[in-house]
This record gives sequence, C-alpha cells and structure tokens, in this order.
Amino acid sequence: MRLLYFAGLRQKIGKSEETLDLPPRSVAELIAHLKTRGPGYVAAFADETRLRAAINQDYAALDAMIAPDDEVAFFPPVTGG
Amino acid sequence: MTPHIRIQAEDFDAAAELTALRPGAGALASFIGLVRDDNGLTALTIEHYAAMTQKEIVRIAAEAASRWPLTGLTIIHRIGRLEPGAQIVLVAVAAAHRGEAFAACEFLMDYLKINAPFWKQEEFGAVTRWVEARSTDDDAAARWKK
Repeated sequence: MRLLYFAGLRQKIGKSEETLDLPPRSVAELIAHLKTRGPGYVAAFADETRLRAAINQDYAALDAMIAPDDEVAFFPPVTGG
Repeated sequence: MTPHIRIQAEDFDAAAELTALRPGAGALASFIGLVRDDNGLTALTIEHYAAMTQKEIVRIAAEAASRWPLTGLTIIHRIGRLEPGAQIVLVAVAAAHRGEAFAACEFLMDYLKINAPFWKQEEFGAVTRWVEARSTDDDAAARWKK
C-alpha cells in the first residue's frame, strides 16, 4: 500500500511517502503498526483526534478497511480557504 | 450547470470570473480570502494533496448544487508561497435570486474550510509554523447540517 504524509505529519515522520507491503487492515490497525516504526511516527500519530485519513482520495474513518493496493494519506486537520 | 474549479499557483481576476458567471443569472455572490498582514508575517505557503483537492472540491460543489438552484459556480484556490495581501481563494456563485446565491456561497466556504486538503504554513522571517485548524470552522460547517 502507498502511504502519503502531509504538512506537520510529514515533518515529524521525515518523509512524504512510502510504500509498504502489508495485508489488508483497518486504518486504526495501520496507525498502530506505523507507531512501531520509530519515534517520528509515534510523535506524528500521538493525537488521533488531530489526525485525518483518506483512502484513494476519499476521507476514511478509523475502522475503514485498506486493501493492499490502496493509497492511504494521513494529515492534520485541514487549513485551506 | 458545470462548476469551474481550479487549483493553481497563479493569481486570479475576480472581476473576470464574476463576469463569466453572468449569463442566465439574476444574482451573483462571491467571497475572496486574503493573506492577512498579521504580526510581521512575511509569507504564507499553502501545501495540498493534489490528487484529492480537485475531487473533494468537486464533491462540495455538487453538494451545493443539489441544495440550491444555481446557474453557475466558480471556485479557485491558490497554492504555493503567497505574500501578505495576496488573494488565496475565490468562491463565486450565480443564481436567479440572492437567497440561494448568498447561502450557497457561505456554505461552500464553510465546507471548503473543513474538508479541502490544503495546509497553511506561516513564515515570520526565519521562523515557520503550521496554522492550526479551528473549532469555529467545524461549528460554522455544522450549521448547514440538514
């Protein structure tokens, strides 16, 4: 699955994207897995209330399922407009 | 009615965009967001999730068109590094009457603020910080819940 990180999340993790070979799982399960990958990830995903996720460019809830070929993006609450 | 939606670095000409919405309309309503000259801000940089912003704004526009009878709708949002005073966003709506024009314009801005995947980073000389999302934006959007 292709993972994208934006804004403050990208700064904490230190990369804007990565591709991981993972079986299908929920957004919540993916976050739990990412937190094991290092302190940058722990900091980025520390506050799940300030976190948004999208699967294939559609907003996704924590219990949404991700397929292995999906694009998943994580980002802080948006501030456009 | 086909909404005109553009995400671009270049500045826009609001008057020209409004003129383009005139055919068939009795009412035009618009909003322009500007970079505020606050506390010595030197620049505002707007980042976006390119693959998702167009899709999300199209969705928001379709929602507005389903709620109100509109003859036209234009949304332009800039990206990149902007200086104080620069235009950031234009929302312009055309309809037969002012009720739906005003309402749709405000709805579009309120929904864009909480849903469109852009992020602003403020620059104060050498110091940069991310703008934080505000709960008042969620409150504003909640007013439109059916």
